[in-house]
Amino acid sequence: MYLGQKKQDGWNPYLAGALVGLLAIVSAWATTTYMGKTNYLGASTTFVRAAGMVEEGVVPGHVAGNTYFTKTKIKVDWQFMLVLGILPGAFLASISDRSFKLEAVPPLWQKYFGPSVGKRALAAFCGGIVAMIGARLADGCPSGHGLSGLMQLSVSSFVAMACFFGLGIVVANLIYRRRP
Amino acid sequence: MSTEQILGLVTGILFGFFLQKARVLRFDKQVGAMLLQDMTILKFMMSAILVGMIGVLFLNDIGVFTYSHKTMNVGAVVVGGALFGAGWALMGFCPGTSIGALGEGRWHALFAIAGMVAGAAIYAELYPWLSSTLMTWKDFGKISLPEALGVSHWLVAVAFWLVTLLMFYFFERKGL
Repeated sequence: MYLGQKKQDGWNPYLAGALVGLLAIVSAWATTTYMGKTNYLGASTTFVRAAGMVEEGVVPGHVAGNTYFTKTKIKVDWQFMLVLGILPGAFLASISDRSFKLEAVPPLWQKYFGPSVGKRALAAFCGGIVAMIGARLADGCPSGHGLSGLMQLSVSSFVAMACFFGLGIVVANLIYRRRP
Repeated sequence: MSTEQILGLVTGILFGFFLQKARVLRFDKQVGAMLLQDMTILKFMMSAILVGMIGVLFLNDIGVFTYSHKTMNVGAVVVGGALFGAGWALMGFCPGTSIGALGEGRWHALFAIAGMVAGAAIYAELYPWLSSTLMTWKDFGKISLPEALGVSHWLVAVAFWLVTLLMFYFFERKGL
């Protein structure tokens, strides 16, 4: 039985999705016009830049000697600002319909593993490490491959999305199906 | 801020707004989709793709946009995709939605964000080794499905629309 909250209390997901589709087109057009190159929505490269910035603060000089950081170019670029912008955007949306809620542990997680913040933190941190290594290896996440790649009908994005969901389904069923 | 940064910020704010309104930023929604019990994120994502695809293909046709296909490196995409899927199930967020979840007060997303920054740092260290092993298997380059099939991209787009609409019909009938 499904234990999450299934009620759809926000906007119709088809409508909100269609609006993001329009946003993707307008944003690709705007970047083409003002930056001279078509930029499609994405998010995971920003985490590499963030990691580079943190490392530069802790071990100065290390970033310059790393091939991947040099290749990615550690700077606050268009995508970096896009990812940062998601935060105030989500905040405004949640304030506007009073769905903002301070939450220490997700409701569905709590039903399986209890209210321990430590347990949730450990799982999320380890999951984050594995997921980001995967996203950088595959060269995209559900934004870069899922939205932008499939819009362009890229072969790699069909394969990546199949792997994202394929393994996601297997692992989620292993973790969340057994109890309670 | 530069024009580039302002553009990114405005796009991000709108993106975050729509993501939150569709309620797809939630851990429960993401895991719910992987448990095949709540398809909200797929409805949202596929709708965005269906609409975006028309504009992206058309504007590339008339020479306004340029494509930016990611390379079809078999080892990287398959192994990377599988690792992402496994980590995604445990974390319950993807990179973009983790930031949005924080914005709507779900502060436990901070742990996921910290993990992803750490993961990016680890990947940067692993990169030289990975590029001389896993990434040398087979690389088909930056190809699109219509190119691979040798057909018009509009034909593939129509097929994509039909399959997705059937999927939506199935979701609604099953109440997913």
